[in-house]
Amino acid sequence: MPELRTETMTVNMGPQHPSTHGVLRLVIELDGETIVKSQVTIGYLHTGIEKTAEQKKWQQVIPLVERMDYLAAQSNALAFVLAVERLLDLESRLPERVTKIRVLLMELQRLSSHLVWLGTHAMEVGAISVMLYCFRERELLLNINEMIAGFRLFPSYIRIGGLREDLPIGFHEAVREFLDRLPPKLKDYHGLLTKNRIWEKRTRGVGVLSKQDVLDWGLVGPIGRACGLDYDVRRAFPYLCYDTLDFDVPLETDGDVYARYLVRMREMEESASICRQLIDQIAPTGEWAVDDPRLVPPPKDRVYTEMEALIQHFLIYSQGFTVPAGDAYVPIEGPRGEQGFYVVSDGTNRPWRIKSRPPSFLACQALPQLIEGGLIADVIAVIGSTDVVMGDVDR
Amino acid sequence: MNPAVIAHLVLIVAIFFALQISAAVLVYFERKIAARIQQRLGPYRVGPHGVLQPLADIVKLMFKEELRPKAADTWLFYLAPILSATAAFAAFAVVPFGSETTLFGLLDQPIRLQVADVNVALLVVFAITSMGVYGIVLAGWSSNSKYSLLGGLRSAAQMISYELSYALALAAVLVLANSLSLREIVEHQAGHWLGVIPKWYVFLTPVGFIVYMIAGVAETNRAPFDFPEAEQELVAGYHTEYSSMSFALFFLAEYVNMVTVSAVAVSLFLGGWFDPFGLTPEWLGWVWFLVKVSALLFFYIWMRWTLPRYRYDQLMAFGWKVLLPVATVNLLAVAGLVVWWG
Repeated sequence: MPELRTETMTVNMGPQHPSTHGVLRLVIELDGETIVKSQVTIGYLHTGIEKTAEQKKWQQVIPLVERMDYLAAQSNALAFVLAVERLLDLESRLPERVTKIRVLLMELQRLSSHLVWLGTHAMEVGAISVMLYCFRERELLLNINEMIAGFRLFPSYIRIGGLREDLPIGFHEAVREFLDRLPPKLKDYHGLLTKNRIWEKRTRGVGVLSKQDVLDWGLVGPIGRACGLDYDVRRAFPYLCYDTLDFDVPLETDGDVYARYLVRMREMEESASICRQLIDQIAPTGEWAVDDPRLVPPPKDRVYTEMEALIQHFLIYSQGFTVPAGDAYVPIEGPRGEQGFYVVSDGTNRPWRIKSRPPSFLACQALPQLIEGGLIADVIAVIGSTDVVMGDVDR
Repeated sequence: MNPAVIAHLVLIVAIFFALQISAAVLVYFERKIAARIQQRLGPYRVGPHGVLQPLADIVKLMFKEELRPKAADTWLFYLAPILSATAAFAAFAVVPFGSETTLFGLLDQPIRLQVADVNVALLVVFAITSMGVYGIVLAGWSSNSKYSLLGGLRSAAQMISYELSYALALAAVLVLANSLSLREIVEHQAGHWLGVIPKWYVFLTPVGFIVYMIAGVAETNRAPFDFPEAEQELVAGYHTEYSSMSFALFFLAEYVNMVTVSAVAVSLFLGGWFDPFGLTPEWLGWVWFLVKVSALLFFYIWMRWTLPRYRYDQLMAFGWKVLLPVATVNLLAVAGLVVWWG
């Protein structure tokens, strides 16, 4: 019998594809449905944020960087702000209340980001309803954002030197309502997915990474913790008030899609527990920024009545403030892993250069290794489990 | 003309339209039930509570431009949806949905509520429903598009993994009823054991029923076995390149197929038009038939919006390694039962 001639098929998955998290493009070579070779192509969402930031005054960079990882806007903002505050040597002068509010917002942001991850991940594996359940809970978090800043996705509430303003009335009640509502819902998600045979079959043993791979690719964060790499910036290099809080760092060892799922699910529980500890410690009103007239604009009622306040306001909003020359990098634990900005200042009122360390970008590098040898259906499960956000990849 | 012939012709036309309407109704209910499951409202704008939404969808599809990829095989491209839809409709012809009626004395001879009482109905169902898959495979092949091709291939792979167990589940019923005619199979299920338990085959061969339902989900390409169109993986699978009415035909075929598979399941395992309590008059049998079919359809919809999707190689493994042995053992057990008790 003559041997049949076979050839591989090249499929362009994305940038327009329902499950590539926006505009990720995978050029995959298929033998049947098995992926022989794959190539990740990025750049379809390039926004030039890092370059644009060089033309903005320090405070104006915050809304820009928030738009990078658009599912975790406040994490970007905090990473940038912490680096600038290190240059300004503000860290020790920050009021305790501000650090606590920041940590609370970070954990709420992590919950919000993980809820979107869970929803889209489950939807891509086929459990469509979970997506709507997750977005239902996330809606409450967006409402909290709207309450504190008037914006739902990009609050720009965290500012250099503190916060934009004091917490609004009703903030504590809204957060408590959400925290009361979350545990039963998380139980529902576990019920729908964790012990679901189909879910396990689709995710167990798929997209496996070893601890060494994770170290090689620099995938520190939930992906690393799913491979047994016990590293969490919140514990390794505590920032703000994380060293005073009581929380666990979830760890799994399998390194597959299911392990990543379990790690993120348990992270949600831990985040909620951190929020519960903090919400009682934060007074409804109090200090919301450092006492530094160079950085923090005066309250509006003083601007309208006092000459000095008006001048101060005018200076801050026209020429901003200068940051001492130097460079700084402060890592934080974002929802997708270690995240930070390397900020260089030349002593003027604008950054000379900012460079982000985007966890999604690093995860994209590991994608070929994760998907090669698997099936098309696995590609979707793997992309979902790495939780890449294209805004974070193409700055 | 003989009034019975006219009545029969009317019946055929009525069933054809009833099936089409059932697809529309099913689309509406699927969207509403999905909405309830997901805490949404679902269609609400077109007509009261959105009841006219399926109509609006059809009108929209009719006014869409019919597109054909340049590289597609013209004949097969247009044949595929027709094949799918025809198979879906044709299989229903042998399903009895009620006993006999004289239409309140209009006819001298009672007519049977069924398009055709074929004595090999079971084989007809099996043959025709399998034809529907060819529509999908051809669509995937003729579109000359990569995602469509993958969808078509998945459909073929899926078919060989469930058809055998599907046939064996049917064979168990065949052994029990000693007949291939669906009407006779249903009539065998009349009456009650001990005066309470209806003599349905689902109680005699529950395993067969489960195997049939699982294979039926694969047959109709519904979640969790909706690989050929898996929108998160293959964009739209086999119908990626279809638009307008040829897409509508695939859509129609999917829903009519669901109705047919459920109707066959009701006839084979759930006592057809017989009511479980033996209280309602026999001419109301079709109502019971409708109730049972709706219950199964609800089950299909419920499952789709709850479960994640299998992977097609996992379905193949499941079909060959679990479903087939189970169906074989079930068939042997049923045969033993029949031999033992006669």
